[in-house]
Amino acid sequence: MIWLTWRQFRAAAAMTAAALAALAAILALTGPGLAHDYTTGIAACTTHSGSCSDFARRFFDHHQGSFLAVSAVVLLLPALIGLFWGAPLITRELEAGTHRLVWNQSITRSRWLAVKLALTGLAVMTAAGLGSLVVTWWSSPIDKAAQNFPKMGPLLFPARGVVPVAYAALAFALGVTVGMLVRRTLPAMAITLAVFVAVQVAMPLLVRPHLAPPTRSTVQITEANLEDFSRGPDRRIRVSAKAADTGAWVLSSHTVDASGHAIDTIPPSPSLSPSAGPCASLERGLSPCLAEIARLGYRQQVTYQPSSRYWPFQWYETGIYTALTVGLAGFCFWRIRRSLS
Amino acid sequence: MSAVIQAQGLGKRYGQRWALTDCTLDIPARRVVGLVGPNGAGKTTLLNLATGMLAPTSGSIRVLGGRPAEGPAQLAKVGFVAQDSPTYAGLSVADHLKLGARLNPGWDAALARERIGRLGLDPARRAGKLSGGQRAQLALTLGIAKRPQLLILDEPVAALDPLARREFLQGLMEATVEHQLSVVLSSHLVADLERACDYLIVLVDSRVRVAGEVEELLATHHRLSGARRDPTRLPAGQHVISASHTDRQTTLIIRTDAPIHDPAWTVSRLSLEDLVLAYMGTPNHPANPGRNHRPTLEVQR
Repeated sequence: MIWLTWRQFRAAAAMTAAALAALAAILALTGPGLAHDYTTGIAACTTHSGSCSDFARRFFDHHQGSFLAVSAVVLLLPALIGLFWGAPLITRELEAGTHRLVWNQSITRSRWLAVKLALTGLAVMTAAGLGSLVVTWWSSPIDKAAQNFPKMGPLLFPARGVVPVAYAALAFALGVTVGMLVRRTLPAMAITLAVFVAVQVAMPLLVRPHLAPPTRSTVQITEANLEDFSRGPDRRIRVSAKAADTGAWVLSSHTVDASGHAIDTIPPSPSLSPSAGPCASLERGLSPCLAEIARLGYRQQVTYQPSSRYWPFQWYETGIYTALTVGLAGFCFWRIRRSLS
Repeated sequence: MSAVIQAQGLGKRYGQRWALTDCTLDIPARRVVGLVGPNGAGKTTLLNLATGMLAPTSGSIRVLGGRPAEGPAQLAKVGFVAQDSPTYAGLSVADHLKLGARLNPGWDAALARERIGRLGLDPARRAGKLSGGQRAQLALTLGIAKRPQLLILDEPVAALDPLARREFLQGLMEATVEHQLSVVLSSHLVADLERACDYLIVLVDSRVRVAGEVEELLATHHRLSGARRDPTRLPAGQHVISASHTDRQTTLIIRTDAPIHDPAWTVSRLSLEDLVLAYMGTPNHPANPGRNHRPTLEVQR
């Protein structure tokens, strides 16, 4: 049975292996140079001016295209695997009628399915794991420089680490299950894609923020953590600050007044007047104005998942997806034992 | 071992429609059984139930004493060539033999090679490039080389031209004798089965109309023709299978175990085809002539 599974699967496996090898080769060739550029750049900016954010911004802008491209590869890989390996695994047999040939050899359907699922599933997870590994390694300098893409955030979190393996396993099991229910390859592929995308959208929206109670911190707005400062035509000041943890996934962030109520803009006050006082001439720096804002009791309240939870969250999510995958596989076994001819 | 297939009140329902109802059979071993009936009569359903591809809705079926597809041992005892002789289009003939060898502990590699050689199939050729007849032969080779006790074939010759049909059945018969197989094969054409079978099951509208040894069926069925008369006034023990009338003449096909003494009838033997057609032409006639016996009076074709 192992031989038959491999014989049926080897063309697809070879193609995927070739594509992954090509990706790995490109990344292996460019990766060391990228890392070198980053370390020398950081070394240069720390000895010179002390502020490295300009370098990081330039470095990221320069590599943004390839950064997004490789991240997209890791995000898409599980869906593609589910589509092209999962959905046709059973439907191809049902459509060609070959299940009637193979189920009448001296081997039970359950065993047939077990070998097919195990072997192909292993290949699925290996492919996704290798893909994620090379991309995680290659893009680590860019990830550090990417200020708008925190590593806990919805773009990077699912495209790095171990979760892509679990995503691929789920997409594969989903494809097989849908195929078994729909029994036709093309509709099965379409449904698999739709369901998998829905799961991948629901995860960061509904589940991941609640994997652990988010951290809430109230910080003083200073020049160091300032994100935005503007004064509208109505002379109201709008100000916001970043969380101290730059890798954190910020779920919500707003300015609160002295009594702790969230406010949109800071109401006018004599000490914040644009004509006199610390906020009159902003050209000399924002510090006096921000200090006055702080003195009046305004703070920034940030709710976030801190970057220290990166690996726990990776494992939680891997666990959730693994459980779903096992559930789907169990359903497939139950289903194939019942009449399916 | 007495019976290869034993069915008790076997039925299969798809939604509202019964594909097979109240099927009770006891097929003895070492026979070549022909399962005949029009398209959609339930032949494939019955064979799929026998191979465990389907689970029955009602009743029970035992094949060679075991539940169909119960485990590897049961699967090894029954060979099945499904309708349209499915093969893996992308795999070569040699790959198919390897598949058979890997998946069947009782695989007879020498037999398989010898058959493929005799049929002139190129082992390197992909199954998808074979003709319909060659594909059917390849599927049959897989079924035979597995060395089952019972070989079930669902419409094995439907896609073949007359010459290939004859060759296929010829090969099947040889294998049957050589390996002492029991065989069940279905067809919607009696002519296919006439040469090959010694046991016949006629299935019409999801019911078994008649089942028995071919010789016995031919010996107990007769065509009576004579002056027009009411077929209800036949002696007890003579069951009308079909009746047709012209203005002056009545022709009956009856089943009886006793000799026919009435001199008013001209008695003639039936061919197997006549017999099957007689059963197929009487959709409301019960399978068991003893029960609900109601001869039909309407004019038959």
